[in-house]
Amino acid sequence: MSRTVILRILTGLAAVAAAFAVPFYLDGFWLQAGLFAMSAAVGAIGLNLLTGATGQLSLGHAFFLAVGAYAYVYFGSEPEGELGGLGLPTPAAAVLAVLAAGVAGGLLSPIGGRLKGQYLGIATLALIFFGQHVLFNATPVTGGYNGRAVPPLELFGFAFADSPGLVVLRVPFGALERLWFLGLAVLAGAALFARGVLRGRPGRAMNTIRDHEIAAGVMGVPVARYRAGVFLLSSMYAGLAGVLLALAFQRTVPEYFGMLLSLDYLAMIVIGGLGSVAGAVAGAVFVSLLPQLLTRYSDALPLVSDPGTGGLSPAEAARLLYGVAVVAVVLFLPGGLAGLASRTRAAGRRWFSPGSARRRFSPSSPETTSPESTSPETT
Amino acid sequence: MITFLELLVNGISVGAVYALIALGFVVIFKATEVVNFAHASLLLAGGYVIARLHEVLGFWLALLAGIATAALVGALVEFLVIRRANVAVRSVLAIVTIGVDIVLTTELTRRIGTEVLALGDPWRDRVLRVGEVSIAETRLVALAVAAALITAFLLAFKYTAWGVRMRAAAEDAETAALMGVRLGRVSLSAWAVAGALAAVAALFLCVFPTPGLDRGTGLAAMKAFPAAILGGLDSTTGALAGGLIVGLTEALMNGYQNQLAFLGRGVGDVAPFVVMLAVLLVRPAGLFGTREPARV
Repeated sequence: MSRTVILRILTGLAAVAAAFAVPFYLDGFWLQAGLFAMSAAVGAIGLNLLTGATGQLSLGHAFFLAVGAYAYVYFGSEPEGELGGLGLPTPAAAVLAVLAAGVAGGLLSPIGGRLKGQYLGIATLALIFFGQHVLFNATPVTGGYNGRAVPPLELFGFAFADSPGLVVLRVPFGALERLWFLGLAVLAGAALFARGVLRGRPGRAMNTIRDHEIAAGVMGVPVARYRAGVFLLSSMYAGLAGVLLALAFQRTVPEYFGMLLSLDYLAMIVIGGLGSVAGAVAGAVFVSLLPQLLTRYSDALPLVSDPGTGGLSPAEAARLLYGVAVVAVVLFLPGGLAGLASRTRAAGRRWFSPGSARRRFSPSSPETTSPESTSPETT
Repeated sequence: MITFLELLVNGISVGAVYALIALGFVVIFKATEVVNFAHASLLLAGGYVIARLHEVLGFWLALLAGIATAALVGALVEFLVIRRANVAVRSVLAIVTIGVDIVLTTELTRRIGTEVLALGDPWRDRVLRVGEVSIAETRLVALAVAAALITAFLLAFKYTAWGVRMRAAAEDAETAALMGVRLGRVSLSAWAVAGALAAVAALFLCVFPTPGLDRGTGLAAMKAFPAAILGGLDSTTGALAGGLIVGLTEALMNGYQNQLAFLGRGVGDVAPFVVMLAVLLVRPAGLFGTREPARV
């Protein structure tokens, strides 16, 4: 018992240390890829609350990401020429952008609350098309086809930008290095909050709605209100992911927030594991780093060729791979990467914990279940 | 007035094509309770085969091959994936079809590349004039073929043994299985039929006035989604009504685009989805969908 706790704390510390060390060793390419992965992880956690935990399918996640990203740009930039802007302090713009995504989600709550499962999935398709239309046409706010430049975030006088220069431990700290730590903090906060939601009373209610709607209603869960609430929460997560993405990308481009992005997010949560926070993070890292890895090492890989040469380009290869991964996970790996990890842990415990050798072969025989190892609740 | 009439006919014709796609969608949903997001890629597969084979085999054989391919792909998806997936929540199956869609669409769009493929249809760009109203022949053929196919389908659904089995399985799968209906075959045939219908729809989505099959054709097929859910996902009548509503909305919005300039360019692509949202607000189960009353 205590040994597993110690082991857990040690792994956690090691992970944190590794995450902090990354900007000192890796170059800009990987930092940017990592930031995309962090932003995707925040968005995927939000979608997993909705789709994984509550069973509501949404294809509109890209729309809420766009709302977050563009709202941040609009609130944070000074108006120039055709382009409007409110010129608010950037931290306020970031908070308002998340709230704006929440408001957009709230406006849809009559739909988010009433439709269930797959019906909601098709209804939210509308958001993608509507969103693309607005992004391309509302030029004063969104910049139309060309998109807009993103103002760098400035927190208490500290700018997340390349200037003024900053050198830490003889490593020059530019925008990406600085954003890396911001991304880590945001991701940690988002993950902890979602974990709290899932493990507490709301999480139980959400899972009951997913597993049996009528039973949930009978037990006193306000089903429609919960659905609408989760829809709103997940859209705020998407908004936060959008802000982070805009900061990392330094420019917002309308095509990016299309249908494919929404499909990517669904792929992430299925591959990672439906309904779990760690799964969402793992899936996000997998789906967003795969194309980057294939691009970087396309020379060394068979079947993958450079873009434009007619062969399988890295981006296409990545899409094929994770499309197959989605199908394979559902067929052969229920629970996704998160489920695999917890099964491996369980197997490891069985193999390595003291006195488990006998238990492994006869799990139900009375002499192996000593009274101190079995608590009364589990029997 | 003349513009209006032309738009009306075009709208109904496009609507009939959307109805074909939506019908396949509804059949799959009735038989397997899955929203098939891979439908667009079935359509793209059918269209691609027609486009690639029509120079070798001639148009009609190529059309047959396209229909057969799409039906086969549909059946394979059911047999290899849907049947084997053991999931508690139906939404997960919908996501599986998204995975299938990602794979198929990526491969097909890669093959199509930036080309615009002609389908070699015999109607080309001929236009029929009635008084002052001029209508493309392809639109009329589309309307006639879609109407014939839909009628045939509805008759088969109502009177043949296959239709009875299908309806029985949709009504109560367990009882149907106990009565000797082989559920596996029912859902397999549903997927095959849906694929075949999608391939026919692909043909009419890619002929004049559309330049041909390109990588965006799958996206055009997405408009059949609002058609299906507008009418009600489990209603064949709904698929027809939904298809017509979507087709008319799109045609009229595109036709009067100049008067509607304040809404921005390309508003015809968005309008069907807005109509869908409006309908869903009032009737969450769609126009003809069955509301599921639950006994506790």
